[in-house]
Amino acid sequence: MSKRIISFVLNGDPTDAVIEDNMSLLDFIRDTLGLTGTKKGCEQGECGACTVMLDGRPINSCMAFAAEIEGHELTTIEGIAKGGQLSVVQKKFIEKWALQCGFCTPGMIMSATALLSVNPDPTEEEIRVAIEGNLCRCTGYAKIVEAIGEAAKAIREVQ
Amino acid sequence: MILPEFKYLAPGSAEEAIGLLVQYGEKAKLMAGGTDLINYMKDGILAPEVIIGLKEIKGMDQIVYDEEKGLTIGALTKLIDIERSDVVKENYPALAEAVHLIASTQIRNKGTLTGNVCNASPSADSVSALFVYGASLTVKGPEGERVIPIGDFYQGFKKLALKPGEMVISITLPPVKENEKAAYLAHTVRKAMDLAIVGVAAKITLDENGVCTDAKIALGAVAISCVRTPQAESVLIGRKITPEIAEIAGREAMKDCKPISDVRASAEYRHDMVRVFTRRAVLAAADRF
Ligand code: FES
Ligand code: FES
Repeated sequence: MSKRIISFVLNGDPTDAVIEDNMSLLDFIRDTLGLTGTKKGCEQGECGACTVMLDGRPINSCMAFAAEIEGHELTTIEGIAKGGQLSVVQKKFIEKWALQCGFCTPGMIMSATALLSVNPDPTEEEIRVAIEGNLCRCTGYAKIVEAIGEAAKAIREVQ
Repeated sequence: MILPEFKYLAPGSAEEAIGLLVQYGEKAKLMAGGTDLINYMKDGILAPEVIIGLKEIKGMDQIVYDEEKGLTIGALTKLIDIERSDVVKENYPALAEAVHLIASTQIRNKGTLTGNVCNASPSADSVSALFVYGASLTVKGPEGERVIPIGDFYQGFKKLALKPGEMVISITLPPVKENEKAAYLAHTVRKAMDLAIVGVAAKITLDENGVCTDAKIALGAVAISCVRTPQAESVLIGRKITPEIAEIAGREAMKDCKPISDVRASAEYRHDMVRVFTRRAVLAAADRF
């Protein structure tokens, strides 16, 4: 078994961890780091429940190896709230009732946050494209799209 | 899901990667974004002993445009950066359209164009666009660099024209002239996470009288790899592009493909959709003038 120590930045903090080469990033996050906010759905890159950010880009953590994050910045859903304060996107999801069971929510929030970081004023179409790789089996997307649009507006007003 | 055991190596240069490829031979697989490879490993289709991860190689993720030389896309350029690139959208819209249709935002943030090309899926959206733009691949191996036109790259189902130890370094698209326009259209059930039932790219060249002097049409998902359709192309040459002519080209295109039946569509349906989507792609390209 190939084991090694990797160094990376986890939600803003420099971190070292022991990994095995054949570990998916998703299993590493959930089982080794114990951060279970990132969900495991299909494990095939289809559902987006496992979405995290690597150097600010939204990716499916089931479609990456833990070994790939050496020297890079990983952001999980646990890194989105700052100082005990939910982010604007998180607050808008609650306000707009953009979740029911909540299983897709961490992935949705990651995709939405990544979108707003590169495009602060997205069209509805751009919002839908940003979450095209996130399946929700309860809410039906309309509320989610609305919440992301409201979050974009709220962030723009503050700035 | 348990992945088979392997060793992950992350070389810092293309030379180092080629050295490893020579050293491990058949036991190794190159990985750019890994969004196809990792699924093959989970499904037990591939079990490489060594994975040569290319993403730490610096400077291979660029998009460079030059009016004389055209567009060069590094092997590690992410798909999303291609569809968002202004020079691509402006000069190679059919490529931007094709790339945008691949999988999902998350996959396009990790996957690369070169990976998509080397995965050699017959339904790869990007490949048809590369065919009509006349793209070529720069590959590097133990004996140095060489250039392979995309039309020579596929030698059978998933069989690439790469020699042992060779890897693709970049993809180059020649400059597009003022009187050339292209479009890509795919027939899918939903936009995201769906493979094309049929994909068609068309590029047409018109003279000052609006007469077509050159045409390139490539079909995806209807043969063992992406194919050009000389029959449909020759229909367009020497004529003005009208809906009737585009329809005749579509009918001719049906003769140049051998679609299969699978869960997404029957061979007969695909065949007919080749007609429809060839017509639409030709008209969409003509509309850009
Ligand atoms: S668990 Fe990764 S996309 Fe579904
Ligand atoms: S809220 Fe249940 S899956 Fe989206």
